[in-house]
Amino acid sequence: MSSSNLLLVLLMLTTAGYYLGRKKAVTVAQATGKGQQILHSRPTYYGALAALWCAVPALAIFIFWQAVGPTVITQLVVAGLPSDLQALPSDRLGLLMNDVKNLVHADIVSGEISVAIQAAADHYIRLQTLSHAALAVLVLVAGIAGILWIQKRITPVLRARNHVETLVKYLLVACASIAIFTTIGIVLSVLYEAIRFFKVIPVHEFLFGLDWSPQMAIRADQVGSSGAFGAIPVFMGTLLISAIAMCVAVPIGLMSAIYLSEYADKRFRAVAKPLLEILAGIPTVVYGFFAALVVAPMIRNAGVTLGLDVSSESALAAGLVMGIMIIPFVSSLSDDVINAVPQSLRDGALGLGSTKSETIRLVVLPAALPGIVGGVLLAVSRAIGETMIVVMAAGLAANLTVNPLKTVTTVTVQIVTLLVGDQEFDSPKTLAAFALGLLLFVITLILNVIALVVVRKYREQYE
Amino acid sequence: MNNLIQNQRTARTMDIVNQGLARRYRAEKRFRLYGIVAIILSMIFLVFLFVSISANGYTAFQQTFVQLDIHLDPEILDAGSLADANYQGLVKQSLADMFPEVTTRREKRQLYGMVSNGAAYQLQDYVRKNQNQIGSVIQIWVPADDDVDMVVKGHIRRDVPEAERRVKDNQLSWIDEFQEQGRLEKRFNTTFFSAGDSREPELAGIKGAVSGSFYTLIVTLLLSFPIGVAAAVYLEEFAPKNRWTDIIEVNINNLAAVPSIVYGLLGLAVFLNFFGLPRSVPLVGGLVLTLMTLPTIIIASRAALKSVPPSIREAALGVGASRTQMVMHHVLPLALPGMLTGTIIGMAQALGETAPLLMIGMVAFIVDIPGGFTDPSTVLPVQIFLWADSPERAFLEKTSAAIMVLLAFLVTMNALAVFLRKKFERRW
Repeated sequence: MSSSNLLLVLLMLTTAGYYLGRKKAVTVAQATGKGQQILHSRPTYYGALAALWCAVPALAIFIFWQAVGPTVITQLVVAGLPSDLQALPSDRLGLLMNDVKNLVHADIVSGEISVAIQAAADHYIRLQTLSHAALAVLVLVAGIAGILWIQKRITPVLRARNHVETLVKYLLVACASIAIFTTIGIVLSVLYEAIRFFKVIPVHEFLFGLDWSPQMAIRADQVGSSGAFGAIPVFMGTLLISAIAMCVAVPIGLMSAIYLSEYADKRFRAVAKPLLEILAGIPTVVYGFFAALVVAPMIRNAGVTLGLDVSSESALAAGLVMGIMIIPFVSSLSDDVINAVPQSLRDGALGLGSTKSETIRLVVLPAALPGIVGGVLLAVSRAIGETMIVVMAAGLAANLTVNPLKTVTTVTVQIVTLLVGDQEFDSPKTLAAFALGLLLFVITLILNVIALVVVRKYREQYE
Repeated sequence: MNNLIQNQRTARTMDIVNQGLARRYRAEKRFRLYGIVAIILSMIFLVFLFVSISANGYTAFQQTFVQLDIHLDPEILDAGSLADANYQGLVKQSLADMFPEVTTRREKRQLYGMVSNGAAYQLQDYVRKNQNQIGSVIQIWVPADDDVDMVVKGHIRRDVPEAERRVKDNQLSWIDEFQEQGRLEKRFNTTFFSAGDSREPELAGIKGAVSGSFYTLIVTLLLSFPIGVAAAVYLEEFAPKNRWTDIIEVNINNLAAVPSIVYGLLGLAVFLNFFGLPRSVPLVGGLVLTLMTLPTIIIASRAALKSVPPSIREAALGVGASRTQMVMHHVLPLALPGMLTGTIIGMAQALGETAPLLMIGMVAFIVDIPGGFTDPSTVLPVQIFLWADSPERAFLEKTSAAIMVLLAFLVTMNALAVFLRKKFERRW
C-alpha cells in the first residue's frame, strides 16, 4: 500500500472511530434508561476521543517508520553484501549503494551491473516491500486497537471531555516545541559537519587565514588547487557589501520614516507606507536579476566614462540593490520607535520655540536612538544573511579588498557555490560550507540578540 | 533704569532669535525636503525595477513562428513506423526546397538553424493526428529559432558588424524573404505557459516550475498553518509563564531572523543526509519552507489572538465553558481571519524564496512537469535563477517574463491578504 493510500485509509478509519465512539456513548447512555443527560460529556467528545486514540498513535508510528525505515533498509542491504564488497572503503561503499538505489528506482547506473549489485538491488526491493507491508499492518492495527481499546472503556462516567482536552493540549505543546527542535536541528546539523571540517582544517587557520580558494587537488600533481580555507577575505566581502547596503538603506529608510511619522498627512502615509513595504516583499532573486542585468552594467558604464576600472560584477552593484531591499526594514522599525516617543516630549520642545525639524533632530531622534540602532542591527543581520542578490551580482573571486568596484565574495555565496552542483561529501570543500554556515548563524544570532535587547530596553523607558 | 535694561536685553534676545529665524526656517525646509527625497528615491527604485523588468519581459509573451510547406513524403512516413520516421529531415527538406540556391554545407547548416528543433516534434504530432494527409503538401507553422525570434523582435541589432552578430547576413536576408512572403508571424507564446524547462529558449516554459512551486507550497501550507496556529494558541492561551515557554518564545523570535540559507543547510543535513529523503522534490522543499515560515505564522497568529478582547473569553468561561471550549468555540473563530492573513503573507514569502531550495537540490535541470510531491522539480524563483545564468539573449526576456508571472502571483496573494484584513477588520 502506498503511503498516500495508507494515510487515506487511516483517515477513513479515524472517521469511523469517531462515529463508533459517539454511537457507543449514546447506546451506553440509553441502556441506563436515563438518556443522554447521564453522560459526563456530550457524545461528540466520546467520538473525538476515539478518533484521537485511533489517529495519534498510528500517525506517530507512520512518521517514525518513514523517517527511520530507509536507513535501516540500507544498513540491512549493506550487511547482506558479499564480504569483499563490505570491506570496501566507506566512500566506495557509498557509491556502490547509490548504484543499488538507482537500480531500484530504474535510473541510470554509473557502471556495469554486476551480479552482486543486482542481488543487492533485489534484496533492497524485497526489504522495501516488506517494510511497506509491515508499516501498513502496524498502522492499521494501531488504529483499530486504539478504537477498540477506547470502545471498551466508554461508560457514562468516563470524563471524555477532560481526556480530549488533555490530549489536545499535549498536541499543542508538541507543535510549539517544533521551534525548539528546529533550533536544535540547525545547531546540530551545522555544528556536526563543521566539527568534521575543523578536524581537517584547524579553527585558527579558518578564522584568521587570509586565503580562500576551496578547490581541493584531486590528483597529487595538480597545479593551483591547494585548497586554502582562510575565511577573512570572505568576511571582508560580506562586510563590504553590507556596509554599502547600509549606506543606502539607513539614510533613506530613516528619513522616510521621519517624514512619514512626523510630517506626512494621513492620506499620503496610507499610500506611501504600503508602497515602501512592497520593496520588502519582492523576492530576492528578482533583485539579484535586476542587479546583474541593470545596475551592474550601469555602474560599469559610468565607471568607464569616468575612467575607472570597474569589474562587471562589483560589490557596489550588489550592495546598492541590497540597500534598496533593506529600506523598508529600517523605515518600518524606525517608524515604530519614533511613534513610541511620547507626544509630551515633542510638545515641550515645540513650546520652547524650536522648529519641527529641531524638535525631531534634538529631541525625538535622541529619544528614539536605541530603538533605531536596534532596527539597524536587525537590518545588518539581514544584509549579512542575504543570498540571492550577491550570488547573482557580486561574483565568486575571494578578493581581500575594500574597493567597492572590485568583485568580492560573501559567506552566503560561498555556501551556495560549495554545495550546488557536483559535490563529494566528506571532502573539506563541502564541509567548509557548513563551517561558514555555522559562523553565519552565530554572527546573525549575536546581532539579533543585541538588537532585541536594545529594542526591548528602550521600550521600557516610557512604560 | 533697571526696567530699561531689562527691555533692552529682551529686545536683543528677540533680535538674535529673529536673525537666526530665516536660517532656521531654511534648515526646516531642507530637512523636510530630505524626507520627501528619501521617499521619492525609494519610489523611483521601485518604478525603475518594475519598468526595466517589464520592458525586458513583455516581448516574451509573443513568439515568432515560421510557415513551412512540407511534403509529407510517403516514402519517409511509412505508416508502420511513424514513431521513428525522420521528421527533422522533412523540415530540412522543406527549407532546402524554399532556397535552392543554398548549396555549401556551412550555409545549409545556417539555413536549417532558422527553425527550432521543436519543429520536428510538432510535425510528428501533426502527422500522427492527420495520417490521411500523408503524401500531400501541408502548410504548418513551426516555432522559429530563438536567434531569428530575437532579430524579429529587434533585440539583435542589424547594424552591428556581421562578425559580432550571432545572426549572419545571409540569415538576415532569409528572414527578410520569409517576411515578404508572409511566412513569418508573431503569435501569443503558449509554449511559455505549457512547457517545462528546455535548453532551447523558444521551447522553454514555466509550467514545470509553476507546478513545482504549487506542490511545494501545498506541503508548506498543510504543515505550517495547523502547526503554526496550534503553537500560537498554546503560547497565547494555555502556556504557563515559566522557563520552558520563555525559551520557546525567544526561540521563535530568533528563528524569524535566521538567514534563509541556514534553513537550507538544515534541510540538507537532516532531511536528505539523515532521513535519506530524495533530492530536489517538493516534499523536502515544503518541509524546509515550513520550518522557515513557521515563525512568521506563529507571530502573526499570536497577534491575532491578542486582539480578541478578554470580555469574549470571560463571557465564555462565565457560562461554563472549559478553557479548551472557550478557545476552540469563541476565540479561535474570531482570530482566524488575522491568522489567515499572516499565513498568506508567510506563503508569499515562501513562494519567493530561493536560497534554501538551492541547498536541497531543486536547481536540477528538469524538463518533465512534476506530477506529485516526490517528483523531481524546481520552483519558479529557482527557474528564474537558472535562466538568469543562461547566456542566450532569448533567455533574458524569458527570465523577465517569469519574474512578471512570479510578481503577479505575489501581488495577488498580498492583495488577498489586504482584502481579508479589510473584510474581517473589527473594532471592539
